[in-house]
Amino acid sequence: MPINQSDIEKVANLAHLELAEEELKTFGPQMIQIINYVEQLNALDTKNVEPAIGGLTPEGANTDSSRDDEIAGSLGQKTALEEAPDPAHGHFRVPKVL
Amino acid sequence: MNPETSCKSCPTKRMSRQTVEFSITAAERLNETLNAFLEIDREGALQRATEIENRGTASVLAGIPIAVKDNICVKGLQASCGSKILGDYHPPYNATVIERLTKAGAVVIGKTNCDEFAMGSSNENSAFGPVRNPWDTTRVSGGSSGGSATAVAAGIVPVALGSDTGGSVRQPASLCGVIGLKPTYGRNSRYGLVAFASSLDQIGVFARKVEDVARVLGVMAGRDPHDSTTADVPVPDYTASLTGDLKGARLGFPRTLYGEGLDAEVKTSVENAVDVYRELGAEIVDVELPHAGYAIAVYYIIATAEASSNLARFDGVRYGFRAEETPELRQMYRRTREEGFGPEVKRRIMLGTYVLSAGYYDAYYLKAQQVRTLIKNDFLEAFKRCDAIITPTSPTPAFALGEKVDDPLAMYLNDIYTVTANLAGVPGISVPCGLSSARLPIGFQLIGPYWSEPTLFKLAHGYEQARPFTERPPISA
Repeated sequence: MPINQSDIEKVANLAHLELAEEELKTFGPQMIQIINYVEQLNALDTKNVEPAIGGLTPEGANTDSSRDDEIAGSLGQKTALEEAPDPAHGHFRVPKVL
Repeated sequence: MNPETSCKSCPTKRMSRQTVEFSITAAERLNETLNAFLEIDREGALQRATEIENRGTASVLAGIPIAVKDNICVKGLQASCGSKILGDYHPPYNATVIERLTKAGAVVIGKTNCDEFAMGSSNENSAFGPVRNPWDTTRVSGGSSGGSATAVAAGIVPVALGSDTGGSVRQPASLCGVIGLKPTYGRNSRYGLVAFASSLDQIGVFARKVEDVARVLGVMAGRDPHDSTTADVPVPDYTASLTGDLKGARLGFPRTLYGEGLDAEVKTSVENAVDVYRELGAEIVDVELPHAGYAIAVYYIIATAEASSNLARFDGVRYGFRAEETPELRQMYRRTREEGFGPEVKRRIMLGTYVLSAGYYDAYYLKAQQVRTLIKNDFLEAFKRCDAIITPTSPTPAFALGEKVDDPLAMYLNDIYTVTANLAGVPGISVPCGLSSARLPIGFQLIGPYWSEPTLFKLAHGYEQARPFTERPPISA
């Protein structure tokens, strides 16, 4: 699956990255090289192989992570807003959406 | 456990303040040369050390100074992750591992430099400059936990924490000449570790003595309701396994991994370590890991895919940096991320977004997860015949700063020996086994089955007793 320059721009858009011209030029060939490298996996027949997703150890997969539905403490509004770049009136303020 | 004798290279509780002050002063003095620390908390650390000294009660790690990688949250200190986008971020809570270690008396003296969001093998991807190797300051410390490895190697602290997603504890440990452990997936809580690739990330430990790693893991490991991936597996007394008796231990030797791309001096040094194990009574067994050659390809699909998702949260809304003069929301997201992230992080977000994008998921991500199963099965098969596998940790000793920055693929290939353990979820430990002719440290790696940390400690400790690594770097506290 060859990847080209317009794919790179499309991906940058999907990833919410406003890449500079210079970066688009460098990333293009580098990504092509890396994608070509990972395509060596196509040499392997994996038709009947289950994908490894989550719970890597049997013990981890068997651990029950649910908890009782009880109210627990949280950071609270004041603390949660302390690191925000632009908090206002107890909220996160952002530039206009439309 | 008797605190007076709990940690041979560590202080007793009566000396807390003195020891912590020594570490802080060394960290400050050497930082201009090594750039290992991004923040040093002189006042806070001394205050805590004084409290511990005055309290006078016994606790396992009383007064022991530790350094913490800057992607692990310590309340009140910064957590920049080596990134401009979190440059001023101060988390309002402690990571679970920090809660546990400080409760046991450990004193955090500062936050260590790292590759941005733990993405890198040389520490050159930090937004705040690279860490320098204390053995040769023109060379890399390794990465991504380069600051923590350097802080321990230079004798600034006896213990430091890092995170290991593809080798980020073991590889810098090897390049700096210290012990570095990546535990089994699910052994340590990642609550408060800034996520990079969630199915691979694990918090690890650096120290100069195996015993110290064992003791610290014993304090920090275990189930945590805040991290659903922590497994309900009892935490043993890891120091009990440091018996020195290796008779009958079976060590797997994957011959095919000792070929192409491996530096000759590293090869000889690790093969010599295998001979030491043989002398100590271990049986050396040939094993095969037939899919190990595919590990880097699998890793760079899975790790980038997960990173592209995890790093979506950095958008300039709730914390961290926000780009100025962006009157519209989407533009604000895009410009914040463009200005806040460095090149390697952007490259990986791009790769991850690409492999997960419509039409490509099956070809890349699903395929990679299937090959990951094959890699994992290779290990399960090999461990039927041995207790642990021995490999080099890194194909070469520390390389020169700048040598690989323009070639991301060459940089990724540094992780060839370490990524497999993350993909399979098994534990690995790097142990120093000598110096190259240029006086650069070389390390070997032991990889064991799930929850085999006691075996890894026993084997690492046995080697350490037989061939103690007593050399010190020229830049040292």
